[in-house]
Amino acid sequence: MAEVEETLKRIQSQKGVQGIIIANSEGIPIKTTLDNSSTVQYAALIHQLVMKARSTIRDMDPQNDLTFLRVRSKKNEIMIAPDKDYFLIVIQNPSD
Amino acid sequence: MPPKRSKSAKSSAGKKKKGGKTQSPTPPPPDHPEDIFPLVLTSATQELFGCRTDEDVTRENPYKLLKKDDIIQDMRMRATVSDFTPARQIVLDYPEEELLLVFDRDFTYGVSFYLVVTPEAKERMLKPPEPETQEEAETEINKTPEPKEWISLGSEQEVDEESVGQTREKALQYVRLQREVGKAVSFSDCSAADAKEHYLECASYQDSRFSITQMQRDCGTQAVPTLQSSSAQTHRKFLRNLAIQYVPRVFSKEEVESILQSESLNTFCSTVTSSVLLALQQEVITNVFFDELKALSTEEDGDWSGKVSKGLSLHQAFTDQMYSKHKSVGSVHWHPTIHGVIAVALKGKQEELLVRPAFIVFYSFSDPSNPQLLLECPDDIFAFDFCPSNPNIIVGGCSNGQVVLWDISTHVTYIQGTQPSSKKASVNIFDLDDDAVIKTPAVRHCAVSALESSHKAPITDVQWLPPTFEVTRLGAPVENLYNICVQVVTCSPDCTVMFWDVRKPKILSHMVTESNQNGDQTALNTPFVSEMFKHLDRTWKPLFRVSLPNIHSSGEYAPLKFSLEHYTCNSSTNAEHSDENEAKAEVTPEYSQLSAPSAKSGLRGLDDVNTKFYAGTDCGEIIYTDWKIEKDDSGHLYNSKPLLCFRTHHCSVNTIQRSPFFRDIVLTVGNCNFAIWKEEVMDGPIILSPNSEHECTAGCWSPTRPAVFFIGKEDGSIEVWNLLEKISEPMHVHAHITNTRITCIRAWTAAPKQHFLAVADDLGMLRIIEIPKTLYNPSRKESSNVQKRFGSETDRLQDYLKRGGLWEQGLNKQEAEKLKKEVESEKQKSKKLEVNRKLYSDFLALEESQLRHTGLQTHTIPRSAHIH
Repeated sequence: MAEVEETLKRIQSQKGVQGIIIANSEGIPIKTTLDNSSTVQYAALIHQLVMKARSTIRDMDPQNDLTFLRVRSKKNEIMIAPDKDYFLIVIQNPSD
Repeated sequence: MPPKRSKSAKSSAGKKKKGGKTQSPTPPPPDHPEDIFPLVLTSATQELFGCRTDEDVTRENPYKLLKKDDIIQDMRMRATVSDFTPARQIVLDYPEEELLLVFDRDFTYGVSFYLVVTPEAKERMLKPPEPETQEEAETEINKTPEPKEWISLGSEQEVDEESVGQTREKALQYVRLQREVGKAVSFSDCSAADAKEHYLECASYQDSRFSITQMQRDCGTQAVPTLQSSSAQTHRKFLRNLAIQYVPRVFSKEEVESILQSESLNTFCSTVTSSVLLALQQEVITNVFFDELKALSTEEDGDWSGKVSKGLSLHQAFTDQMYSKHKSVGSVHWHPTIHGVIAVALKGKQEELLVRPAFIVFYSFSDPSNPQLLLECPDDIFAFDFCPSNPNIIVGGCSNGQVVLWDISTHVTYIQGTQPSSKKASVNIFDLDDDAVIKTPAVRHCAVSALESSHKAPITDVQWLPPTFEVTRLGAPVENLYNICVQVVTCSPDCTVMFWDVRKPKILSHMVTESNQNGDQTALNTPFVSEMFKHLDRTWKPLFRVSLPNIHSSGEYAPLKFSLEHYTCNSSTNAEHSDENEAKAEVTPEYSQLSAPSAKSGLRGLDDVNTKFYAGTDCGEIIYTDWKIEKDDSGHLYNSKPLLCFRTHHCSVNTIQRSPFFRDIVLTVGNCNFAIWKEEVMDGPIILSPNSEHECTAGCWSPTRPAVFFIGKEDGSIEVWNLLEKISEPMHVHAHITNTRITCIRAWTAAPKQHFLAVADDLGMLRIIEIPKTLYNPSRKESSNVQKRFGSETDRLQDYLKRGGLWEQGLNKQEAEKLKKEVESEKQKSKKLEVNRKLYSDFLALEESQLRHTGLQTHTIPRSAHIH
């Protein structure tokens, strides 16, 4: 519990971070700093994206695995750290 | 057929027959055959011999055999009287016993009887029933054709080809038997059918022992599609998802709690945190996707090709022999809506002594050598303007101070180029007959202002007030109900700026109707006058006047050109009010039905209209003043003094134009330089050009590029200035665009790729020049760059002024010191001068005494030769 809180605090303190979401492997959000609707939307959509990305990597080389995913858009950047059971989503506003 | 006898012979024969007694023998006709002897027999003879006509001898039975002896006896008895006398010899010679006498009823030989001479003929006559005379003719007719000589026409060759014959000799082959060599052989014919043993005959017969079975038989097949009809029935309704509604799965609170407590989550967080932090930091440091090279480019892609022409190319030139001769162009305007139509105001030059009729000439791109339409003016027009809301109405200012209105709505078709008469098929240049010249249609002005209330000097600038607001009698701006232009502003060097209203003034309505009646008579004579502004004709008075009192001294400024700020109505006003406006604006009434509102009408005042305007005078000053009339303490109406006045140009100002991109930037062109002003900056022009050697006579902003403008010069060249590149000199100079001074430049965008510049010169010629792509394509962010430039220039100006102030202070100090020094030095100088004078006078005295002493001098030196 404390671990999770501390993680969130550390990440939140970085410059430009807009929101953090922790979700389980099925895309159900566990912990978040955004509002409910955005959280649900982000979690579901990004879960699909992570699944696709992971399957892509593993199809090309079964020994390989996805460790980190960064999606950069015009307005912000979304960073996804996947794991076996959970994944962490961080939305950051780039500096420029 | 024997030829017909002559009628006379016939008739004489007929007579004879009737008479019967006449004995005169007719000479036998020469055309009787030899074996017939025509004979005349009297009735006595006839009775004697029993051959009376029509009794014994008839037509059917014309033959009578007479005994020879009887005839001879008769001849003996009657001797010469006998009828047979002429035939005596014949009778005597006759071999047979009986002679044939033929009764010729038809008088074939001229007489009724004839005697057959020869027995052969007798036989012939009696045997065949036909008359002897016809026989010969018929045999001649029925002769069988004789065989003619055969002429070869080439058919023998074909016959030869077809015929089967021997082509060669028979080949005889001797067959000699070996044992019988030398024996005589005799061949003979033998027919194969005669002897049975010479041939073998195989007759066909039916053999029943075997029969030929047919192994192959040709048969035909045809494929026929097998058709089978069947039916099926499906369910009408089948289930399909129409909409999906889903709810995201969420954990319940307890579940969340439990997960948060779980160990796996903790480990996950600890492992993931480091990489996430790293990524976040990376992002903060730098943007990896930023392309520096691309950001360096400032120009567009198309400019790198060197083929784009930089020069201004001449597109068309308009001039007209009849109307623009010896005239210079005063002002040029493009028609706001019709493509390719430009109106040129011609004014006479000062050297002209004759008063020639003045015109505004319309040219069209479709017909460069002839004007399409003329507007008649009472006097030379220096300035005119199209009404923005109705381009058929044109207001012009005359050189005698009157304001003139035209309405060309009836003649608009001429300039639209749809009239076939305006296009000439062929014009004979050498046609000296003036009547053959096709007349350009002319429109007479429909209203002029009252002479006594107009300007006292030529009107040099005319503009319509924009349709977004109108002005009351006191100059306060109020809203414009119908969004049409109703007011005109004019300025003139008689030191006034006047506001005119084109609607019917309320107060003078009864007077106007009177004058209308008078005007009707004149209107009948001139058919082209429009009825639109009849209420204004000759009684038009300005709404109010604005005088421009001089700031520093008494007197007034004489404005030549002015520029108003164009006001666009704010839509953020009362929604109700705007709805009302829209409802009224749907029906735009005619000008004659509109009337100027009274001062107490409920029109809403517009507070955010800028009532200040720039004006350029003929002394080269730019003044910025307010047109609102204010009330004095004593109730007098007066115009406030201008807010600022700058003597930037040395001589008259010929152009003031607002930038089409920025509302507060104004370009003024004066004698030898031009200046750019910003409205809020009261200290002076933000950009002032260096003096040029040639006089600048016209100026125009580019309609598409915020930083580019064109300056026309006295020597006929056009300078293109680009504020972003250089301020001290033009970007490009195009020399010799015209031959004399350029009087007016106007730019217009015809099409996205076609931009034109109308350049008018002093000889009455108008040239249309095409602007190249580089000059009309704005560069990237040009607008913002230009704004930044103006901002920097403003800062520079203010900085300069500040420094100037400081410097002046310093200068003053210096000057004071200098003055002191000067005064001191002057004092010293004067002292020295006095000393010198004294010395000189001493010397003169000495000289005089010396001379007197020596005795040479007889008279004294005049004392007037002083050293000054």
